[in-house]
Amino acid sequence: MSTLVFLEHHEGELQKDSLGVLGKAAQLGDDVSALIAGSGVEGLAAQAARFGASKVYLADDPALAAPLPQPRVDVAADLIRRHGFDTVLFGATVLTADVAAGLAARLDAGLNWDLVELTQENGKLVGKRPALDDTVYVDVGWKSEPRLALIRTGTFEPVESGGEAGVEQVDVQLQDFSTLATMVEQAHEESEGPSIEEADVIVAGGRGLGGPENFALIEELAKALGGAVAATRAVVDAGWYPYSAQVGQTGKTVSPRLYVALGISGAIQHKVGMQGSNVIVAINKDPNAPIFEYADLGVVGDLHQIVPKLTELVNAKNAAHFPRG
Amino acid sequence: MDIPPIESGAGMKIAVCAKVVPEQARRIDPETKRLDRSGEQTLNPFDANAVEEALRLKGDDAGAEVVLVSLGPERSLDALRKALAMGADRVVLVADEAAAGSDLVASSYALAQVLEREGADLILFGQQANDSDGAVMWAAVADRLRRPLISQVAELTVSDGTLRGKRQTEFGYDVIEAPLPVAVAVSDAINEPRYPSLKGIMGAKKKPQQTLSLSDLGVDADRAGEAGSRTEVYAIGEPPPRGETQRIDDDGTGAEKIVEFLLERKAL
Repeated sequence: MSTLVFLEHHEGELQKDSLGVLGKAAQLGDDVSALIAGSGVEGLAAQAARFGASKVYLADDPALAAPLPQPRVDVAADLIRRHGFDTVLFGATVLTADVAAGLAARLDAGLNWDLVELTQENGKLVGKRPALDDTVYVDVGWKSEPRLALIRTGTFEPVESGGEAGVEQVDVQLQDFSTLATMVEQAHEESEGPSIEEADVIVAGGRGLGGPENFALIEELAKALGGAVAATRAVVDAGWYPYSAQVGQTGKTVSPRLYVALGISGAIQHKVGMQGSNVIVAINKDPNAPIFEYADLGVVGDLHQIVPKLTELVNAKNAAHFPRG
Repeated sequence: MDIPPIESGAGMKIAVCAKVVPEQARRIDPETKRLDRSGEQTLNPFDANAVEEALRLKGDDAGAEVVLVSLGPERSLDALRKALAMGADRVVLVADEAAAGSDLVASSYALAQVLEREGADLILFGQQANDSDGAVMWAAVADRLRRPLISQVAELTVSDGTLRGKRQTEFGYDVIEAPLPVAVAVSDAINEPRYPSLKGIMGAKKKPQQTLSLSDLGVDADRAGEAGSRTEVYAIGEPPPRGETQRIDDDGTGAEKIVEFLLERKAL
């Protein structure tokens, strides 16, 4: 097996999920190469070596400064063709999903996504993919090489092995259509807010709230529980709540003592950001919402009825604990 | 003579790639290891956002056109008519037994052949298929068509032949621009899809609904279905055991029950 791992970076740091996948590839027991594409990325090679790469390919070019997928497909396709890697792995993100799928088309290569495990069985690579809201686990494989795989966020922890790697600069030759999309503004955080990553208790709201005005319900419950307020991508994108409070794949990953999910269906993109919570309580009016598959306590009902009462009861308990006067 | 600038959507041809998915009771057939598609079918809800965005861009411009492009069995037309009822102009469905079981490589190839024929200025996708959880088709199709790509778009404008999209990533919001023709995947936060009106539903049946076979498209059988696919499914298994979960229906005492539970778990 000769594996290439695509490493994503942001503000001069290789991303944790990328490094986790790199560690997994090294553990599968072969020479693992890494590809770092960007502008001024030379300094990242040593970090890749420490986390399991035995060879680092650097595609360092001003045309790769913006994290756009299509130029990265060009670079990776050339590299894979030249060196004949049989396996190419990605930690799944907004960027890498587009790179991997572009490569699948370019190389006529099979892509399996959302994998939570990779194993070798009798010399055959097998991936595990949760399906149908994680209610079944499917063993998937590839019929040809290269084999492309996107690994679900947070699946593998990075392992620092402290090695060294040879570093090679690769030529950057881009297709005409690959440079047509341009980044006008990048990674702009819409507004600042309190950090939710350190919060002991989180009360989170989703589209089931019905409208931005109903975040007041959440704020009151969070205050009673001494916790922070969080939101799903859908409501953040809709402008109901600031990005800094977003939990999920494209937001924060949190693991509070208590996570209360209100009007959140609990799709996988949300689940990966909060599944490490100690206790999960969910209220949703849809009995088929995926969140009921993994909430410790799920209540099927109208949050607009239940939440004000819950806040009142928690406040009453607090008052009993801390009697005034 | 100067050509006047194109206003948002003016005369634009928009193709929406849509998938028809099982409505509920989803299961994987242990024989074929494919999703059981025998029950009621519906338009993938995420694709309704793409249809809505196409209709918004078209507005009341009679020169603009919204065409739905889909792969699936013949009976998918029933579910696709929902998009026609919303206001889309016509449907092109690639229906061919030989295409069943196509993976990303095979599906994106067939889709690209249809889209090549349609020659749309804008190709829209929904953010994911709710049956396979696939969220990558656009990138494969864009590569095959050699067109620029913007994914996860939550806000979109078109002017002077340039599309500008705002989208969320792990690090914040990007604004990306690309010239038409372009492939764009929209987030489900971009709009609230309209409900079809009664008039729309009545009119949908009369709108053009074309069915094409793979050979109509010049797609060889070995590039479609399982033969054209590069991935396979070995086995269907149970998820790992998880901690106990309990679910209750709120009978008016939901709040009390949550408090009891929190006290029991020492979470309060």
